[in-house]
Amino acid sequence: MTNPTDPAHAPSHPAPDPNDAHGSIFDGLLGSDSSQWAFGTDFEDPLAGVDTTIPDGVDPGDLAAYCLMLADDALVASHRLSEWCSRAPDLEEDIALANVALDLLGQARLLLARAAAADATVVPALPEGSPVPPEDALAFFREAGDFRNVRLTEVPNGDFAHTIARLLVLSCARLALFERLATSRDSVLAAVAAKGVKELAYHRDYAGRWFLTLAQGTDESRGRLLAALDEIWPLHAELFATHPVERAVADAGVGVDPATTAAEVDVVLEQVFAMSGVERPGRAPLAGVHGRTGRDGLHTEALSRLLAEMQVVARAHPSGRW
Amino acid sequence: MLDREALRERAYAVARTVTDPEMPMLTLEDLGVLREVDVAGEGEVVVAITPTYSGCPAMATMRDDLVHRLTDAGFEEVRVKVALSPAWSSDWITERGRRALADAGLSAPGPAPRRDGPITLDLLPTRRSLTCPRCRSAAVELTSEFGATACKALYRCTDCLEPFEHVKEI
Repeated sequence: MTNPTDPAHAPSHPAPDPNDAHGSIFDGLLGSDSSQWAFGTDFEDPLAGVDTTIPDGVDPGDLAAYCLMLADDALVASHRLSEWCSRAPDLEEDIALANVALDLLGQARLLLARAAAADATVVPALPEGSPVPPEDALAFFREAGDFRNVRLTEVPNGDFAHTIARLLVLSCARLALFERLATSRDSVLAAVAAKGVKELAYHRDYAGRWFLTLAQGTDESRGRLLAALDEIWPLHAELFATHPVERAVADAGVGVDPATTAAEVDVVLEQVFAMSGVERPGRAPLAGVHGRTGRDGLHTEALSRLLAEMQVVARAHPSGRW
Repeated sequence: MLDREALRERAYAVARTVTDPEMPMLTLEDLGVLREVDVAGEGEVVVAITPTYSGCPAMATMRDDLVHRLTDAGFEEVRVKVALSPAWSSDWITERGRRALADAGLSAPGPAPRRDGPITLDLLPTRRSLTCPRCRSAAVELTSEFGATACKALYRCTDCLEPFEHVKEI
């Protein structure tokens, strides 16, 4: 039998007891105020105080669906980029990719909140009393078939060249779109876009510079970049195909028809290709299924796997407080 | 009779002392994040803040800090709202804020780029004429356009060899 007071048998670091009269060793971390704990608090509503009135002549369902399209592109691309954390070629790129991911996550959050405010019926139902805010419910409790991102955002990362090629195409397209969206009649979309433009300009420059560096680097880096570009190219056209929802919101003056950005994006990509000595790929677009693609909720298998990982913790604790 | 203007001024005087959680040498006012302090209804203080970047994770802490500081100062009802438009610009960092950054060893942003028409692609490394905040040398090199927070780039001084952070122009 061991003597509990014998120091030789006492655990060296006793587990903290929150009910201990003397408090726990972690108390000092929180100061006197638990809301100072940076990881445990959040804005309940990212659009707190923002005017979310729907402009005249816009169908709320269309506006919500459109916001989901823009949000899901950012959310899924952000998740893929964040998969690089601790795995990037060096520390600076690790930080850069995480920064880009964070910007996109911020855009996604505002856009998901805007979707929920436009049409609450798009938000999945959660158990009574669940503290999960609408934008989190949209991110973590929708099935793959309800996501409206283009398929380019969801395919697996591949190597660094693959990520750079994809980020270049995505940020060129999103920047051109957001520059136009900044004059939307919807004040939330206009504000999100005006802010996003500044961020996306950084993302596009970052991807463009790495594209050039890899293309003009070693035989190995060039070979990998060309293979990556060839691989993602079939998913490029989907970015500029107009979905009926996009046409409806564009006609109503709140959204942008992506087809109207195609020529400008082509010019920018051509600039990067010419500087890099890279031919524009000729591969045909990946077909949809009965005409349905990412914007319709038709995805590759990769999205289900991505969501399984992204959503698992939230789904295990639908009433959890974080 | 509620003297709104006096109340507003008193609330503003408190709100302007709250500092940024990630760059505590800067007040939210000097950072340009504190957009407005207003008095609504029966004396409710309404503070508007704007994020520096869309994904700024410090917004909740800023809100909590504002609510606590104002509550401690005797304001019973305090609400913090988000002002998304106009989008934050590094041009809003005040002169005093720029000096505070420099004193803390951070390089302050230059003028934000003017945007007229489509934004041109820039495939060359960003050129800024900066001086090292420690030794004042102009011999500095960009390490990365992205740093420990969304608003900063990483530099290195090639004279004193110390790394430093530069607040980016947006």
